[in-house]
Amino acid sequence: MQSIISLPVRLQRLNPRRLVSLMGWILCGIAFLLVAIPLLDILYVIIKDGLAAFSVDLFTQVTNGISGGLLNAITGTLVLTAGALIIGTPIGVAAGVYLSEFGHGGFSKIVRFLGDVLTGVPSIVLGYFSYVTMVVTLGWQFSVLAGTITLAMMIVPYIARFTELSLLQVRHELREAGYALGTSEIRVVARIVFPIAWPGVLTGILLSMAISVGETAPLIYTAGWSNYLWNGHLIREPIGYLTYVIWSFINQPFESAHALAFAAAFLVIVAVLLINTGARLLLKRPRNF
Amino acid sequence: MKISIFRLVLLCLTSLIPVALLAILIFLTHYSWSAILFNGVHFLLGKTWSLGNLYANPVMVHGLSVPVGANYGILVFIMGTLVSSLIALLLAVPVSLGVAIFLAEGVPPGSRPVLSLIVELLAGVPSVVYGLWGFAVLIPFVAHHLAPDLAHLLGFIPFFAGPVGSGYGLLSSSLVLALMVVPVITATVSEALQGISREAKEAAYALGAMRFEVVWKAMLPMIRTSLIGAIILGLGRALGETMAVLMLSGGALNYLPNNIYSPISTMASFIASQLDSALGDPTGMAVRSLAEIALVLFLIAVIVNVIARLLTGGFGRAVHN
Repeated sequence: MQSIISLPVRLQRLNPRRLVSLMGWILCGIAFLLVAIPLLDILYVIIKDGLAAFSVDLFTQVTNGISGGLLNAITGTLVLTAGALIIGTPIGVAAGVYLSEFGHGGFSKIVRFLGDVLTGVPSIVLGYFSYVTMVVTLGWQFSVLAGTITLAMMIVPYIARFTELSLLQVRHELREAGYALGTSEIRVVARIVFPIAWPGVLTGILLSMAISVGETAPLIYTAGWSNYLWNGHLIREPIGYLTYVIWSFINQPFESAHALAFAAAFLVIVAVLLINTGARLLLKRPRNF
Repeated sequence: MKISIFRLVLLCLTSLIPVALLAILIFLTHYSWSAILFNGVHFLLGKTWSLGNLYANPVMVHGLSVPVGANYGILVFIMGTLVSSLIALLLAVPVSLGVAIFLAEGVPPGSRPVLSLIVELLAGVPSVVYGLWGFAVLIPFVAHHLAPDLAHLLGFIPFFAGPVGSGYGLLSSSLVLALMVVPVITATVSEALQGISREAKEAAYALGAMRFEVVWKAMLPMIRTSLIGAIILGLGRALGETMAVLMLSGGALNYLPNNIYSPISTMASFIASQLDSALGDPTGMAVRSLAEIALVLFLIAVIVNVIARLLTGGFGRAVHN
């Protein structure tokens, strides 16, 4: 009742400044809805159509033309993602450690800046670079190795930056205490800094994992596509992956192909959202230091 | 001080980052060198992309073997890239500003994490999933509702006049690009807004400004540089976007868009779609010309990103939201 009675009073106080202010807030709210509604619709459509296409065959059969299952693509995405992390994590973490622990000079400034620039290079350019160098010149053809190295090039700057930022949050006194006891650099990093900073490092690795699972463009010309399960060869053997199914099968004029595309999109988006959410929760975890 | 092996190993691995960038530049230039010689400036200004007659014997031009009638001009793709990115920015910038203000100042701090999660999730949706959603939802919506309505309402402006086409084209591509760019701009802007000191805000309140006036008239001018940097960062993202545009652009070849519903191709989507046909060229000139497009796109992306990073003051802000 209170609010109804006070409404005329409030309306009276609506001078032009108030009105503009109110309009501003309303527009900001609308802007938020313009972003939130498409996201919710994307999730709704992919989950609805993805679940409708679900069957046991997805996980037990390989793709057969435009039907069958997704076993080859699921395992392929796992192989490519694991490969990208195996190559990218040591390099990224090492670069992050270097930049945070020893990165005071001009070289580190340049590396930081170029790392930023590398994240801005379109993924298709990375893919074509790998095509020109590894697939053609080195003769690897479409292969697991060419695909994973390309993905690794994408994720290294992310892992490096997350590692650097989380290591920088560790208090300097702790390192000094270690050095004062005569501890070597490697032990200070491994035994003092990392035990405190690991959640941030892991967040970077998890976000990179999500990027790897969701990428398509850098893989088209490097990993190729295969209807069969991976046979363990690193080169001269193409491999399937889920995002290829989404892109390629939705263009086919068959129901079965569309169903596979939506099922693949469902798997990709669930994986990406779970990894992303996990990574964010990890970052917001309370810390002792 | 003696440099330890540990430090040396880290240094070597760290140098891989600049080496990677340099390698992209060198190898793309090297591979496309004969295409650069053959195409000349015409590459950037020509409107026709034609592989030539792949079945006739190749001819020699300036000492280079090329198919008869081969002509590689990428103006159509450069225009497609620029126009779609600019329209995407026109849509995304006001929306991003609104979202950033809404999240930074408009909602109670308690509900901020949940609401900003929505924007963060939007950034995590893979490009190809945007493409799939565009195919299933956006294209029909644009073809049956948005495009006819726009043509009806704004048809007096030449760029908005029909024919409205099939839904595949500039409008749909720009809409999806806008959606993908919003989280990039929003993250950088809200980071900058949250970095404004309490005293500066209080000073504005003390002058009698209302909450929205504080944001609009005092805080936004303070983050001007970051805002411009954020927009350019968004531009960089839109320029290089491949999969979603590939699935929604209609894949125009050899003609410039004449209205907002026209099919387009961007440099990135064209590279992704053309390798198969380029491989049919026995002289290899088509594949090398695609490498030249990749090189041009690389250079544009590097320039755009360098400007953006200089303005926003580093990568930490953009990623570590």
